[in-house]
Amino acid sequence: MAGKTLFDKIWDTHFVREEPDGTTLLYIDRQLVHEVTSPQAFEGLKLAGRRPRRPAATLAVPDHNVPTTDRRLGIADAISAKQIQTLEDNCRDFSITLFGMNDIRQGVVHVIGPEQGFTLPGTTIVCGDSHTSTHGAFGALAFGIGTSEVEHVLATQCLVQKRPKTMEIRVDGVLSDRCSAKDIILAIIGKIGTAGGTGYVIEYTGSAIRALSMEGRMTLCNMSIEGGARAGMVAPDEKTTAYIKGRPLAPKDALFEQAVRAWEQLKTDPDAKYDATLVMRAEDIAPQVSWGTSPGMVLGVDQRVPDPATMTDDNTRKATERALEYMGLAANMRIADIRIDKVFIGSCTNSRIEDLRLAASLAKGKHVSKTVHAMVVPGSGLVKQQAEQEGLDKIFREAGFEWREAGCSMCLAMNADVLKPGERCASTSNRNFEGRQGAGGRTHLVSPAMAVAAAVEGHFIDIRHWS
Amino acid sequence: MQAFTTLTGLVAPLDRVNVDTDQIIPKQYLKTIKRTGLREGLFFDWKKQKDGSPDPQFFLNQARYQGATILLTRDNFGCGSSREHAPWALLDQGFRCVIAPSFADIFYNNCFQNGILPVVLTADEVLAMMHEVLATPGYQLTVDLGKQTVTTPGGKICTFTIDPFRKDCLYRGLDSIGLTLQHESAISVYEKKRKAEAPWLFTDIPS
Repeated sequence: MAGKTLFDKIWDTHFVREEPDGTTLLYIDRQLVHEVTSPQAFEGLKLAGRRPRRPAATLAVPDHNVPTTDRRLGIADAISAKQIQTLEDNCRDFSITLFGMNDIRQGVVHVIGPEQGFTLPGTTIVCGDSHTSTHGAFGALAFGIGTSEVEHVLATQCLVQKRPKTMEIRVDGVLSDRCSAKDIILAIIGKIGTAGGTGYVIEYTGSAIRALSMEGRMTLCNMSIEGGARAGMVAPDEKTTAYIKGRPLAPKDALFEQAVRAWEQLKTDPDAKYDATLVMRAEDIAPQVSWGTSPGMVLGVDQRVPDPATMTDDNTRKATERALEYMGLAANMRIADIRIDKVFIGSCTNSRIEDLRLAASLAKGKHVSKTVHAMVVPGSGLVKQQAEQEGLDKIFREAGFEWREAGCSMCLAMNADVLKPGERCASTSNRNFEGRQGAGGRTHLVSPAMAVAAAVEGHFIDIRHWS
Repeated sequence: MQAFTTLTGLVAPLDRVNVDTDQIIPKQYLKTIKRTGLREGLFFDWKKQKDGSPDPQFFLNQARYQGATILLTRDNFGCGSSREHAPWALLDQGFRCVIAPSFADIFYNNCFQNGILPVVLTADEVLAMMHEVLATPGYQLTVDLGKQTVTTPGGKICTFTIDPFRKDCLYRGLDSIGLTLQHESAISVYEKKRKAEAPWLFTDIPS
């Protein structure tokens, strides 16, 4: 019998039953819930007179709408406030654990899952949010679902799923100085395109992936969805177990030891086959900057903005012309010559303690350019607390960055943190769609290190050679 | 959920690739706690000009596409955010079917939860239909889920594939949660077996 991939092992241990066409009822171990995609799911349960099957398997937190300014002032936007109140009411009515807006444990849902030890290897994890792929960093099968499926999981602890295909993306070698997981994943998306992973679950392998910290692996898996893959995963190793050990919701003592023994089996067998494989060299990856309105429109900072006139494919040319017009960029200009107005360091992609440490180390002793407004939004209340204990907030403030409360913030601008029309932002978030950070706003996706350098210089700069 | 069997309807063209769900319905419409009334937000930023007035070039603002029930579009439709508000908004506008050469996975799933049929045809078939719909006011297609066909006014029949289980659920308009609950005993058996293998995941379930 052929060996199994990491994905196969998790899928097979969560199989409940199947239809004649192979459609599988898959067991879901964990669900994360936030305020935006859950109200209609809870309403559905109420209307049908159903109860959650396992309330303890779900953890809820408000993150998309919360203000990142002083929380004691409440939420100015009445509709946002109502949505957060609705989440609180639903969690109370259905006995689901909620980290409320003023709880130190509150934060971006994909930051707090791992932080609390709710995210564990070998599990199936869902959330009504496409960046659920983040949790794959622990060797979990984690993917985003719609609100109807949120309701389905609450009611049944299962989902009806078609088995996806598997893709290995192997990155070997050593990253250049100051390049990071964000550059790896942006380079991958640039290569495969935003639909390259459609229908697949990606497993990231290779020495450059193994060398990443857990935070780096989360950044990597987080943006699998931008490459079209619902899930990305990295096999667990000693870094994974070291990260999990002692976290509030992680197994303890003998159960932890038993779990670790099981997690050691969670790797792709040597004779297993993937449906597709892509191989890249870490040395070839330059610091990445997106120039367009889709995450696949991305290049190294040492490149020039593409010229639609040279494109033969009609769809690509039209999409490029439209993107350049929206972004206010000229074909063939140097990416390093793009000047920016705003900098956002945060989001479920890059708001963890390691991201903030790196950003602070580069910001120390420097100052944000006079023409730039820069903000740092930690991923959770606990990340914020940790950063403050280490003095990172002081470094950021002295360098001219704003230091905010935890939340999704300007990644999708559902709260008050919004770009104005025409404003250009270097952002550590994950989507550069038209209007994503505010109607008419222009987003360039970068790593935290690139964002700090751009904040200081007022334009993009190759951090490999930045002093 | 409303069943989908056959549909003969007016076709609206959206000739763009990689249409993401942020464009289908932007963030300010995600603050609702209801599923209905979202048509106002459908393609909100694309249907307006810079001064806020309706863009006469955008298909939703053109008289000839009013009442359309079938959306014809390009590759990777519905990419990005998992927001189910995207199919809710399409449904609220009256769309029951979206035809494209490819869809993003989460959006494709979400359609089936809401009685919308996403149909994958080849890029060439979609291109030919796109030319026809732009050239022909009142252009209609007939979509037959049972036979898995799309028929053009000229009589050309294109076939599409769909998973049999999904097809059956949509064709009969079945309550998907109700279906799963019929397998409650299988779920309980699974939980018991899995708890023995991985007890750290089931500390809330008594032995």
